[in-house]
Amino acid sequence: MAESAGRWRDLDKLLLRPGNIVSPNFEPGPELRDDLQTYARVLVVGAGGLGCELLKDLALSGFRNIDVIDMDRIEVTNLNRQFLFRLQDVGKPKAEVAAMRVMERVSGVNIVPHFCRIEDKELDFYSDFTIIALGLDSIEARSYINAVACSFLEYDSDDNPLEESIKPMVDGGTEGFKGHARVILPGKTPCFECTIWLFPPQVKFPLCTLAETPRTAAHCIEYAHLIKWDEVHSGKSFDADDPEHMQWVFSEAVKRAELFGIPGVTYSLTQGVVKNIIPAIASTNAIISAACALEALKIMTGCSKTLSNYLTYNGLEGLHTKVTEFVREKDCLVCGPGVLLELDTSVTLQKFIELIGEHPKLLLSKPSITYRGKTLYMQAPPVLEEMTRSNLILPLYDLMDKVSKDVIHVNGMTSKNDAKQSCLLKLRIVFKGIDGMTDMDMASGA
Amino acid sequence: MIKLFKVKEKQREIAENANGRAPVKKQSAGELRLHKDISELNLPKSTTIAFPNGKDDLMNFEVTIRPDEGYYQGGMFVFTFSVSPIYPHEAPKVKCKTKVYHPNIDLEGNVCLNILREDWKPVLNINTIVYGLHHLFTEPNHEDPLNHEAATVLRENPKQFESNVRRAMTGGYVNQTYFTRCIC
Ligand SMILES: [Zn+2]
Repeated sequence: MAESAGRWRDLDKLLLRPGNIVSPNFEPGPELRDDLQTYARVLVVGAGGLGCELLKDLALSGFRNIDVIDMDRIEVTNLNRQFLFRLQDVGKPKAEVAAMRVMERVSGVNIVPHFCRIEDKELDFYSDFTIIALGLDSIEARSYINAVACSFLEYDSDDNPLEESIKPMVDGGTEGFKGHARVILPGKTPCFECTIWLFPPQVKFPLCTLAETPRTAAHCIEYAHLIKWDEVHSGKSFDADDPEHMQWVFSEAVKRAELFGIPGVTYSLTQGVVKNIIPAIASTNAIISAACALEALKIMTGCSKTLSNYLTYNGLEGLHTKVTEFVREKDCLVCGPGVLLELDTSVTLQKFIELIGEHPKLLLSKPSITYRGKTLYMQAPPVLEEMTRSNLILPLYDLMDKVSKDVIHVNGMTSKNDAKQSCLLKLRIVFKGIDGMTDMDMASGA
Repeated sequence: MIKLFKVKEKQREIAENANGRAPVKKQSAGELRLHKDISELNLPKSTTIAFPNGKDDLMNFEVTIRPDEGYYQGGMFVFTFSVSPIYPHEAPKVKCKTKVYHPNIDLEGNVCLNILREDWKPVLNINTIVYGLHHLFTEPNHEDPLNHEAATVLRENPKQFESNVRRAMTGGYVNQTYFTRCIC
């Protein structure tokens, strides 16, 4: 398809001219736009309020290879802000409809939809993307994608992150009039886990209040959701994504509210309380997504310095916006370098336990050890010690599925300054003599 | 950044099949912290823990409490724990699997314990919860009722409450509700 001459005029103004507040590796020129369109692959996680905006913004900013993943289907209540969807789309997968609508409007862009859970995809799927844009409303999903992105991160022997192993993320989030946009460069800026405390814990009402003395509409809804559901549906678990289940909770909550003379129970409040969702506002989504899409463009092309590293926006009572530079948690279990250990493939788990007890950086006694969801050894309780004891005589190399290098986690007691304290550590294990790996290879890179 | 990916992409095309690494499971930060909690458990006397899904699923487990004093002495009560991947940002979900006549535990196994809901803090751990549950059996309280009827009897007629608890634990009806035997 022939493109009109002016189509990329604005983008080219950013990509063709040198500047002062650009990234150190910025090389302006016509090749940059070609590279952006050929080599940049973006994954948009979530096709809801933020996801719709992100897809549109990224496509209009020159990104051509985009994938979108979302497990939800379109509901009537989405239509006010998820502007890519129409009434006749209700019931269809969000990812598929969103991809189709943006491709119809923006020529040349290719958007591949994935109608599934983020956990359904293998690590290889995520490894193919150059950048990940998150438009999510749950801490769990953010934490999961963060762990995936950080799992590609590698460090050299001086604990510096290897540039080519960094999987950048831009993360947006909104709650009503408030929102945040952040840039996560694993190994360089704090990851989601470094700053999980930024997310306020969900409000949980005491169960006895729900059972005995409800005072608000939310109490009535949580009563129906947490107590009444179990009473009536013995054994069947509640599924927040099943509209019939939600309808049941809503009608029970209405009955409860009538009994206690409490006003305000509605279907959308029921959804909000059960799924812990605060009503979304279209313009907040638009502002936050625009910031995220722009950061994605800046990270990819280097045409300007990136947000460093957390922007908050508050449109309530005037307009407040602020950028905070949070710092990394240097011992973060997810994005930190951990302690590098070189081992022979013959080292047994028992021997490994002795080694980390003597290692001057660790001095770890009574360690329990896990490797990618496999419990290799537990000191306690006795039932688990017994189940894992037989691993002690096996080579660690075998227990780690014969990979040349990987991360394992240990916890135990460490003695720092004569005081014993419990700790949880990440170790980078490298096996000697595998895949021609030498000390020299480890030191190179970056 | 993009230059790096351009180079990487070309390398990938060349060495497409070279890195045939088996897909691996990721471990959530919640799982790691839970492993630490579990390995440092210091359970009250006669309390035991079991892992029905084996050693590689520590996120779902059962704790059996055998109170050694109070109304519930001699009984055996099983609690199921289900831990979220964002633990300890969120408290574990705990339910009582054994049907029990108790003012703070309803007949579906919901438990009214403040640290499981409104007072949960990430500095707390599995040990704290187990001690909290243990405490519910030595000191049931009528002020936070989930089983309204049991709470009323405890408040107004402790002797009657004691005999109701005994009847429930030995297996039998209390009012209209049948309880299975849970004396060990
Ligand atoms: Zn981190």
